[in-house]
Amino acid sequence: MGLLSFKGGIHPPHSKKSTENLAIVDFLGPKVVEIPLRQHIGAPCEATVKKGDEVKVGQLIGAAGGFVSANVHSSVSGTVLDVRKQNTAYGFDTCVVIENDEQYTKHESVTPKPDFKSLSGKEIINIIKEAGIVGMGGAGFPTHVKLSPPPEKPIDTIVLNGAECEPYLTCDHRLMLEESAMIIKGLQILMQALGVKNGVIGIESNKPDAISVMTEAAKNTDIKVVGLKTKYPQGAEKQLIFACTNRAIPSGGLPMDIGVVVNNVATAATIGNLFETGMPLIQRVCTVTGKGIKSPKNIRFRVGTPLKSLIEFCDGYNGTPGKILLGGPMMGVAQFSDELPAMKNTSGILVFSQEQAKLPEASACIKCGKCVTVCPINLEPIQISAYSMLHDYDKAAKFNALDCIECGSCSFICPAKRPLLQTIRVAKREILARRKK
Amino acid sequence: MENRLTVSSSPHIRSNETTKSIMRDVTIALAPAAAFGVYNFGLRALTILVLSILTAIGTEALCQMIRKQPITIYDFSAVVTGLLLGMNLPSTVPYWIPVVGSFFAIAVVKQAFGGLGHNFINPALAARALLVASWPVQMTTWVAVKPDTQTSATVLGILKEGLDVPLPKITDMLMGTIGGCIGETSALLLLLGGLYLIYRGVISIKIPGIYIGTVAVLTLIITGFDVNLTMIHILSGGLILGAFFMATDYASSPITPKGQIIYAVGMGLLTTIIRFYGGYPEGVSYSILLMNVAAPLIDKYSKPRVFGGAK
Repeated sequence: MGLLSFKGGIHPPHSKKSTENLAIVDFLGPKVVEIPLRQHIGAPCEATVKKGDEVKVGQLIGAAGGFVSANVHSSVSGTVLDVRKQNTAYGFDTCVVIENDEQYTKHESVTPKPDFKSLSGKEIINIIKEAGIVGMGGAGFPTHVKLSPPPEKPIDTIVLNGAECEPYLTCDHRLMLEESAMIIKGLQILMQALGVKNGVIGIESNKPDAISVMTEAAKNTDIKVVGLKTKYPQGAEKQLIFACTNRAIPSGGLPMDIGVVVNNVATAATIGNLFETGMPLIQRVCTVTGKGIKSPKNIRFRVGTPLKSLIEFCDGYNGTPGKILLGGPMMGVAQFSDELPAMKNTSGILVFSQEQAKLPEASACIKCGKCVTVCPINLEPIQISAYSMLHDYDKAAKFNALDCIECGSCSFICPAKRPLLQTIRVAKREILARRKK
Repeated sequence: MENRLTVSSSPHIRSNETTKSIMRDVTIALAPAAAFGVYNFGLRALTILVLSILTAIGTEALCQMIRKQPITIYDFSAVVTGLLLGMNLPSTVPYWIPVVGSFFAIAVVKQAFGGLGHNFINPALAARALLVASWPVQMTTWVAVKPDTQTSATVLGILKEGLDVPLPKITDMLMGTIGGCIGETSALLLLLGGLYLIYRGVISIKIPGIYIGTVAVLTLIITGFDVNLTMIHILSGGLILGAFFMATDYASSPITPKGQIIYAVGMGLLTTIIRFYGGYPEGVSYSILLMNVAAPLIDKYSKPRVFGGAK
C-alpha cells in the first residue's frame, strides 16, 4: 500500500523509543486535584459546586459558559476545598480544588448510555456535549461544536487523527494498540451522529503495529485505516485531510467547508468509553518523557492532577530540568512552573535537560529558501518574518501570514536558527488586532 | 523550584544544520577538485588558492571591524568565496590577482551590500568577471597539463576560434587532465562534490540539473545532435563547477520553487547563446551573474500558491 502524504514538511528525530513500548499505566493519586474551569477553546465554565461540597467522580462541577464551551466534571470523589483563581497552562483561571478521598465513588449520573444505533444525531451530540468532550489532540476545541456544522455545509467524511506526528509523544500510539475497539466504537458513534458513511483513520508509518491492530479492529466495518508517510506535520488538520481524502481546505476555511470533520483517536476512545460506561471526560492518557525525566511513561491520569505529581510518578526529574513543555517539541507550549494542573488536552509533558533548553543564537539569514521548501502551506516564512521584524504587518499579510498553521517546520529547518515562527506569530496577532479595529 | 525554566516560543527543537555546517560542507565538496588542481598545476596553484582564501577571510574580518559587526570569519562563508574564486583562476596569474579578486568579492560584492545573505550576485563570480574585464591577458593564459605543449587554448576557445587543434578526449575532460582554471578541469571530482552536497541536503539537484539539462538539450539541437560535441560542451567551461557550486549560491538565487526552475532554465539558455552566438567562448560566468540580478524579480512573480488558495 502506498503511503499517503502532503507536500513539504520535515523529518525531525522521532525520539519515541523510550515510551513507545510501554503499556499505559494508571495514576490514581493525587491527594488534591485542581480542576480548571477553562480547559478548552471558548468561554470558561461557571462553577456548580462551592467550598465544602461533597463531590463524586463524574459529577458536573463546571457548567459550560456558552455554546463554544465544555462542561467540566470532577475526576475524583471527595470534598471541595476551594473554588479559587490560580495559575493554569492557559493563564490565571478559576479552579475547583478537591481533596481526594481515594474512594473514587461514581456519581449517580454516570450510567451506560443507550445503544448509539438507536439514537438520533441530535441525541448523540447532546450526550457528547454534556460529557464535556473536547479535542484531545492538543487544541481542546469543544467536540459538539465541530459536530454541529450549519446545514449548508454537509459532512460526508470523518477523519480520525492517529498520525501522532509530534516527536516524543506515544500516548495515541499506545491507545490505538490497547483500546482499538473503543476507538472504532467512538468513530462509529461520530459517524452515526452526523449520518456519515465514510470513516478514515490516518496513522503514520512509523507505527506499523498500530496500523495493523487498527486495521484488524476495523474489519467488518466500513471504516478505512490508511498508512501515512512519517513526516511532520502529517497530523496537522489540513495536511491530514489532504493525505486521507485528497481534498484541500480552502485558505481561511475549515474542514467542514469540504465536508470533513476531524477528531483525534483519543477523543474517539473517550466517546466510545462514554457510551459504554457513561463516564464523562475526566481522565486521559499522556506521555511524560524527555531527557529531564527519570522513568518516562504513558500515564492515564485524572484531570486536575498537578504536573508535579505526574513527574514524581515517573521517579522525578533527571537532573535539573531546563524546560517543561505541554505537548510535543514542535507545537508544545513551554511552562514556567510544574505546579500547574494537567488538563483534558494535555497529551504530553516533555521535560528538557538544561543543555537541551539552551536557545540557539540566531545569525544572518542566508536566503537558503529551506523554509519555503518545507512550509506545508506553501508560504514564504522568510518574507513574512522579515516584514514582521520591520513592523510592516500589511506586507506580512500580503504574504498570507494568516494562513500559517504554526507547525514550526520553518524554524526547525532554518540553518541560521532564526525565530521565523515566533515573528510570524507576532505578525498574525498584529494583523488580526488591526482587522478588529 | 530553585532554578528558572526556559520559556520560549515553539518549536523547541531545531535541525542540526547550521550556516557553518553548510559552508563547511561546501568547502569539503570543493576540496577534491581543488586538490586535483594543485596536483595538476603544481605549487603555484596551491599558492593562488591559499592567497585567495586568506585575503577573503582577512577582508571579511576587516570589513566587519569597520562596520562594527560581529566577526563571523569562523562560519566558513569567506573560505568558500575565496576557494571558489581561486578555483576559477588560471594557475598562471600573477599573485596579486587572487588578492585583488578576493578583496573585491568580499569588500564590495558581499560586505558593502550588507554581508552574508545580502550579496545580490555571487561574490566569487563577480570578482572573476572584474578580473577578466580588467586583466584579460593574465586571466586567459592557460597551461596544458600534458607535457607536450606549453600553453594551449581552452576547449571552448578552440571551438570558438575554429583552431586546427585536436579536441581533447571526453575521458580526459572527465578526469581533468586538460587545460583550464585551477579547479574547473575535473568534471568527475566536481560532480562528486556536487553529489555530496545533494546527499547532505545543502543543495537540491533542481538548479544544477535543470541548468545543465537546458544546456545539453539546446547544444544537441544546435549541433544537429552531435553527442560527442555536446558532451564536450557540458564538461567544459566550468559548467559543472558553476552549476553545482555557484548557481546554487543561496543569497543570489531565487527562493521560490517555481522561481528556481525559471532561473535555471534562464542560465542554460544564456550560457548556450553566449557560447554559440556571443563574442566570448565561454558563457557560464555571465549567465549566472545575469540571472543572479534577475532573481529578486523572478521571486516576485513566482510566489507559490498558498495551500487551498485560489488557483
